[in-house]
Amino acid sequence: MRPSSPQADASAAELASASPPGLLTLFVAFAKMSLAGFGGVLVWARRAIVEQHRWMTPEEFNETFALCHFLPGPNIVNLSVVFGSRFRGVPGAIAAFAGLLGPPVIIVTILAILYARFGDIEALRRTLAGVSCAAVGLLFAVIFRMMLPLLKKREPVSLALLIAVFVAVGVMRWPLPTVLLVSIPISIGLTMLMRRRAAA
Amino acid sequence: MNDSSAGSLVTLAWSFGLMSLFAVGGANSAIPEIHRLAVDVNHWMSDKQFADVFAISQLSPGPNVLIVTLIGYQVAGIMGALVATLAMCGPTAVFAYYVSQLLARSGRAQWPGIVQAALVPLSIGLMSASGLVLLFASDTTWTAFLVTGSAAVLAFATRLNPLWLLVAGGLLGFAGIL
Repeated sequence: MRPSSPQADASAAELASASPPGLLTLFVAFAKMSLAGFGGVLVWARRAIVEQHRWMTPEEFNETFALCHFLPGPNIVNLSVVFGSRFRGVPGAIAAFAGLLGPPVIIVTILAILYARFGDIEALRRTLAGVSCAAVGLLFAVIFRMMLPLLKKREPVSLALLIAVFVAVGVMRWPLPTVLLVSIPISIGLTMLMRRRAAA
Repeated sequence: MNDSSAGSLVTLAWSFGLMSLFAVGGANSAIPEIHRLAVDVNHWMSDKQFADVFAISQLSPGPNVLIVTLIGYQVAGIMGALVATLAMCGPTAVFAYYVSQLLARSGRAQWPGIVQAALVPLSIGLMSASGLVLLFASDTTWTAFLVTGSAAVLAFATRLNPLWLLVAGGLLGFAGIL
């Protein structure tokens, strides 16, 4: 892990990139990665930011993404804002946000109009049903991949929390805010307790 | 009529805005709550329609969160689509901005690591709940379960582009096999 004081980050960013991107460049870059990203934009974001434009080193990208993953809300939207603001302040955040969401929102809205008009056609209904069956399978693959490290570590506390949240939200269908307002403090408390015990 | 559509815009903005601040782990974690609001509480759509918009959101380019754009359109047309999208993405974007500024200033504090570690099991639990809710909404036959299972195994074990699995599912559905 590298130290990441703001100064160190700024100088590393300068090392990683020839020149910081302008507002239009930010907008276009995020629009491109968003439109390329079927079923998830993250892979394309990494490719564009780290490999193509060299705006960040892989470590910086990982750190920024980790931050955006623990923040609530769509991760990649958070990433666009954090990334844009780092280079161009608030206008940069807005440019990246608008690039990421603007073009796909137009496309999805057109699809929504088509669905409202033709959604009753039997062949389309059948096709979409097939797509969603496959999409659910993809989601399960992602979940399993994320769960593997927890299963390997065999941390009973983490697994118990995971199952509790799953039952509360998935089976009992309790409201998300209620469940999280209870489970987040518990999880943070237990995490601190375990770290203290591991350190002692 | 005007009043009721203005009313649904407010409901959309409030529901998605609040939910986004609790969507730990991203859009996929929020699926059960989106389903609860759209199908169970507000009766904006049926289970089948929910599975349909999920499928469309996975098929279209852009972040997965755009499922809320489709729901917003269903509720209140183009304005609904815009309001739902901004409500789901705006508040957390502002929050992300301020937290990243704060972290840049506080240097190497310990609490981000603790919060992050504490949220991992919760967000996986939420995503598993998403899987269950979507499974009930979209898989109504044994062949459908089989397709979901095969897609899961293929996506986990191979490096196949997920888009092909979605297309294959669509073709099987179109052929009337499910």
